[in-house]
Amino acid sequence: MNKNTEKTDISIGSNHPDPAYDGSLNREQPGGEAGKQLSIDNSSQKPSVRLKEATYPVFRERLFNVMVTLSAITVLMVILLLFLMLVIHSLPSLKAYGFSFIIDNVWNPITSKFGALPFLVGTLLTSFVALFISIPFSLAISVFLGEYARESRWGEVLRNMIELLAGVPSVIYGFWGLMIMIPLVRDLALALNEPPYGVSILAASLILAVMIVPYSASISREVISLVPDNLKEAAFALGATRYEVVRYVIIPQSFSGIFAGVLLSFGRALGETMAVTMVIGNTNTIPTGLFSTGNTMASVIANEFTEATTNLHLSSLVEIGLLLFVVTLIINYAGRYIIKKFSISV
Amino acid sequence: MREPIIGLRKLRNNTFITIVTTLAVISALPLIFIIFYVLKQGISAINWQFFVALPKPVGEVGGGIANALVGTILIVLVASLMAIPFGLMAGVYLAEHPDNKLSNATRLCVEVLNGTPSIVVGVFAYLVIVMSMGSFSGFSGSFALAVMMLPLVVRTTEETLKLIPDTLKEAALSLGAPYYRVIFKVVIPSGLSGIVNGIMLAIARVTGETAPLLFTAFGNDFMNLNIFRPMGNLPLVIFNYAMSPYKDWHRIAWGASLVLVGMVLLMNLLSRWVIKKWKVRF
Repeated sequence: MNKNTEKTDISIGSNHPDPAYDGSLNREQPGGEAGKQLSIDNSSQKPSVRLKEATYPVFRERLFNVMVTLSAITVLMVILLLFLMLVIHSLPSLKAYGFSFIIDNVWNPITSKFGALPFLVGTLLTSFVALFISIPFSLAISVFLGEYARESRWGEVLRNMIELLAGVPSVIYGFWGLMIMIPLVRDLALALNEPPYGVSILAASLILAVMIVPYSASISREVISLVPDNLKEAAFALGATRYEVVRYVIIPQSFSGIFAGVLLSFGRALGETMAVTMVIGNTNTIPTGLFSTGNTMASVIANEFTEATTNLHLSSLVEIGLLLFVVTLIINYAGRYIIKKFSISV
Repeated sequence: MREPIIGLRKLRNNTFITIVTTLAVISALPLIFIIFYVLKQGISAINWQFFVALPKPVGEVGGGIANALVGTILIVLVASLMAIPFGLMAGVYLAEHPDNKLSNATRLCVEVLNGTPSIVVGVFAYLVIVMSMGSFSGFSGSFALAVMMLPLVVRTTEETLKLIPDTLKEAALSLGAPYYRVIFKVVIPSGLSGIVNGIMLAIARVTGETAPLLFTAFGNDFMNLNIFRPMGNLPLVIFNYAMSPYKDWHRIAWGASLVLVGMVLLMNLLSRWVIKKWKVRF
């Protein structure tokens, strides 16, 4: 598994001219464990003990290698187990509904009819609207921080604030949205002659938009600041204004990176749970408009998981979780793939 | 003929700068709004009683979040104990083996795990721990949080250790130090600030996580120090009390929000300070 280190450890452990030498850096330090062992050993001059000493670090070294490798395998196992458990526990619902699970629009635990279409629609609708709202802002931040205010103090302050925004727990966003944003959305709905519930797809999208801006902004900013200076200077030398440099040099150069950032923030929006659950209204029907209530895949799991009494209900919820997992996996993978491809070309 | 075009381009340039600056500033406003509002509402709820008392039924004045505070600290502590050793060692493995089958697979898994929605991790913890133990427990919550911490710790460890120059390692090896000792006494100490920073960010991130705790730690209105029983915790208290129709409970939820935001942002700022103070530089 690790030929390089194996070689080093053999050369240190067994080929060392002095078999008593345990290869320790800490030979002179009385505090080190190996140092202590050595001093005891030196006083008692027994060759057999010395030989043991020489093999001691080899054993530790093997142990260390095994432990480090096992840890890496553990990470691998966690994700495999996660996928396996989700599949196993969604088998009953997979068997009962098959493909119709994602095209059926009735979700009724009382009659044990489970179709996930309302949640698929709810998830896609909230995420897309959120993306739509957030793109101008994240683009503006990344251009501002990556180009205009790259070295200024205000840019630094703004960057830190955006990063802290990503650190605020989602339940706090939800609570804030519930208390501040819902009344505003209700007023807006009244003014537009729409059903004034307040809790709605729109409220969820607005909260999501605030939450995902930091993600796409941080990636786009990095990509924009990576655009080579000589390209920009060439454009300036031709007499381009700063806007034209941004529009015709920076954006085209960093487009794939920006796109990847948007994709990754979309993945975030799909899986976001708490803030959405608190402001979306939690009704199991297909939303009819921006002001109607709804449910997303994540929020229906959050709402019903502890209340699921029948096996089929639980299994259907797990299947929604499995769907969510697979969809975010694909989107994240696509985003990473684009970033990787882009970074090679720079 | 030429003048108006240049004028137009200048105008467009200035408009663009204005728009970009305005939008950038606007998107930082939510942070100010949220922190201001949480501070304003939370301060009035917080007093000594708030930290040491247990929650009271609706209608009774007062009550606190002592159980939730203790629960959150215990759950996060146990999660850290599970995630950090594995994360550190897996990070060492990835840094030392830049390109073999296992490390590439592990790296992919770390990315997948990092992008997995927290609610799915909660479902996973429920299926693995809660179902087999037969009851909700603080431990299952810790497990879920540990799964969420793992990719963050692995990634920051790997990235930091990659910055340590090979010459440093070679110097230690040439002095005859065994490999594991080189890692523990030379490589990890030189990258310590980066690793500590990563661990702190990971802890800050999971401290505020609510979704994975919904059906694992479950919540508990009484003081509970047994990690294998349902356990109260701050995010769930905020969620449950915020969704209730009672003004008193909202007040407690704001107080709890202030405590939680304070904890999380403090850890974020502290980790920034750590990385600035002891930057890994070579």
